[in-house]
Amino acid sequence: MSSAYGGAHAQDAHAHHGPTGWRRWAYSTNHKDIGTMYLVFACVFGIVGGLISVLIRMELQEPGMQLLAEGDYHQFNVFTTAHGLIMVFFLIMPALIGGFGNWFIPLMIGAPDMAFPRLNNMSFWFMIPSAIMLVGSVFAGDGAGTGWTVYAPLSTSGHSGPAVDMAILSLHLAGASSILSSLNFITTIFNMRAPGMTLHRMPLFVWSQLVTTFLLLLSLPVLAGAITMLLTDRNFGTAFYEAARGGDPILYQHLFWFFGHPEVYVLVLPAFGIVSHVVATFSKKPIFGYLGMAYAMVAIGAVGFVVWAHHMYTAGMSVDTEAYFLAATLVIAVPTGIKIFSWLATMWGGSIEFKTPMLWAVGMIFMFTVGGVTGVVLANSPVTTAFHDTYYVVGHFHYVMAMGALFGIFAGWYYWIGKMSGRQYNETLGKGHFWLTMVGVNLTFFPMHFSGLAGMPRRIPDYPDAFSGWNYVSSIGSYIGFAAALLFVYIAIRTITSGERVGANYWGEGATSLEWTVDSPAPHHTHETMPHVR
Amino acid sequence: MKMVRKAAGAFVAVAVAMLAMAHSASAQAGFGAPKPWQMNFQEPATPVMAEVVSFHNFLTVLITLISLFVLGLLLYIIWRFNAKANPVPSKNSHNTMLEVVWTVIPITILVIMAIPSFRLLYKADVVPDAAKVREWYGINVAGTIDIKAIGNQWFWSYEYPNERIKFDAFCGVGPIEGACFSQDATPKRPRLLATTESVVVPVNALVRLLTVGQDVIHAWAMPAFGVKIDAVPGRTNHAWFVATREGTYFGQCSELCGQGHGYMPITVEVVSQQRYQQWLTSKRAEMAVKNGTQFAAN
Repeated sequence: MSSAYGGAHAQDAHAHHGPTGWRRWAYSTNHKDIGTMYLVFACVFGIVGGLISVLIRMELQEPGMQLLAEGDYHQFNVFTTAHGLIMVFFLIMPALIGGFGNWFIPLMIGAPDMAFPRLNNMSFWFMIPSAIMLVGSVFAGDGAGTGWTVYAPLSTSGHSGPAVDMAILSLHLAGASSILSSLNFITTIFNMRAPGMTLHRMPLFVWSQLVTTFLLLLSLPVLAGAITMLLTDRNFGTAFYEAARGGDPILYQHLFWFFGHPEVYVLVLPAFGIVSHVVATFSKKPIFGYLGMAYAMVAIGAVGFVVWAHHMYTAGMSVDTEAYFLAATLVIAVPTGIKIFSWLATMWGGSIEFKTPMLWAVGMIFMFTVGGVTGVVLANSPVTTAFHDTYYVVGHFHYVMAMGALFGIFAGWYYWIGKMSGRQYNETLGKGHFWLTMVGVNLTFFPMHFSGLAGMPRRIPDYPDAFSGWNYVSSIGSYIGFAAALLFVYIAIRTITSGERVGANYWGEGATSLEWTVDSPAPHHTHETMPHVR
Repeated sequence: MKMVRKAAGAFVAVAVAMLAMAHSASAQAGFGAPKPWQMNFQEPATPVMAEVVSFHNFLTVLITLISLFVLGLLLYIIWRFNAKANPVPSKNSHNTMLEVVWTVIPITILVIMAIPSFRLLYKADVVPDAAKVREWYGINVAGTIDIKAIGNQWFWSYEYPNERIKFDAFCGVGPIEGACFSQDATPKRPRLLATTESVVVPVNALVRLLTVGQDVIHAWAMPAFGVKIDAVPGRTNHAWFVATREGTYFGQCSELCGQGHGYMPITVEVVSQQRYQQWLTSKRAEMAVKNGTQFAAN
């Protein structure tokens, strides 16, 4: 085994002695293999979650019951619950954090792997039973129709049967997985940076992951506590959330959103990181206002912890509490604005090539702005009295999730797929995917603002006939969006099997972070001798 | 600061003017239901909702301008700094002045936004007395009515505690599953919005609404009134409204409460003082026939 400590040639030989076949994946402690597994996992569940959203839109395409039988309204709630939880926990988080985080944090900071490779393996494999239990909850008993927020007492006294318990245990496992990943990522980022790479020289993607994992580490234990109390209320006779026995249903909402609000920044911050790299690369310029960009993310993360109750404006809080949450929420717009304008300033004066990753990044910047400004409207609690639990909110958060976080995922995928697979995607297909998605998601989500203004509540399987027009448009849009998702699967398979081979730095002068110094595909082991950052 | 206060004053002026316009435009009864292809709020029937509408109009103009500004910059950048138009990139990556500007200007915009927002929040949330309502909106309040709305799976129950009236309001014609089917719908009684019994209130009365949940959390919502308040088991929430236009208004439960969530609508009829008294009389008689209500029993 002394060869492992030898020169470059010996290292190559060593790489081929690792486990092969299924063992390579099941036993993997390699950050790239684990990252790949996370990305495949996210892709599979993205399609599942997308399929459920198509079912939702089919049901809502016209007034009356379309897809589901009259009276089978509970099934609709099961769909919306599963759609929300799958997209958040099994698409966006695994793709952005488990997938790109695992792949590129070590590559970007010049580390050979994550700090705790076995923990990394465990984090991934926790996700499998978690996903099985969540998907299983759809079929167990009547299914969990609580909404992704799982509010008590609907989730306690309002739901008998095993489904909600399964969903809760699924969230426990996914949460544990994320906590372990976060410990791993934070340790790696703090301790394993190459000589010369101070925190203030660290790539913005790594900064975004650092802030994200801190948010997860601090917020997930609160969720775990909250849903454990749900579990004991359901099964062991406790009454944490049962008013009749001295508990408080609103306590659950506070605990849930103390996790839930940082969670939405968990979903979008890594996308911010990716967009920063893509914009700088294709503008052939260094990122504008690097320190401002890094600390804007820190600020978003910090303020993100003290705004949670803006999800609860109609729950009956005291007016002074509402006033505080109104003010704190408005503050978030400032660091977010800094990020938007810094991206624009990075592009300003650049020599911009509009390759597919750049299209996604530019699309993300504008669509996120649209989602951001409706967020500012919703911060104003008197207006949100009208908007709370209407489709205006659904439109708002899909602009920041589907067009913020998901566009970030696609930007990252097209940007890095050559590095990960050694093969390049087809530019024409990639651009087609972008434009098809752009048409689909805007057609789906923009009309939701109108439905919400007219007063249409969320989470209803049937609606008054007057809402039918915009709902029809939304449904058509979602079919186009899902067709685009299927096109992506085709593009991904085609790229991996027969894409053109690429070299180490296929984007050229604009791509300056350390991952572009290693071969494509990145060898099994990288940075075994530490790079020095000047 | 003075400018901001002026702006806040303008909101009230615009809101009151809008409400007046709504009144004169429809001397006929108001009808608070969504319309096909509707793109904006329903016509407000309370001064608070009128203020929400005008504040939201202001916000919409603001966010549209901001979005168009970002879009304009992006389009200019795409046109001016694409690789063909600008083959040699600059290396400029710092400009402290610019960074200060795009921090300070948003803060200023947010402060201008926050002041009317706070003012409206305190007005809408804290239940006023008749004098306050007159001071704010120049409305002579015609009495004060307390109504308790109780959310059940899946219908609303109402109590008028001072009038000893209590009744349930189901979707459509009755407490039968599927009662919200289209057969009993008419243009005046829309599907999934009309209820078997309406909440009846006199025009210009100060209505103090209390909500509570019987089983799970529900939310009592009335878009044209600007009211939405959760009905939570074990606690009593409050809201208030002064409806200034006679008519029929519809709302829907606005907190996921189980399978019948989409099937527990809310109907409020705003009527003249005289018709309200008639309704009270008939309702009381009905209660007597039912042989002692819970109120009598208690």
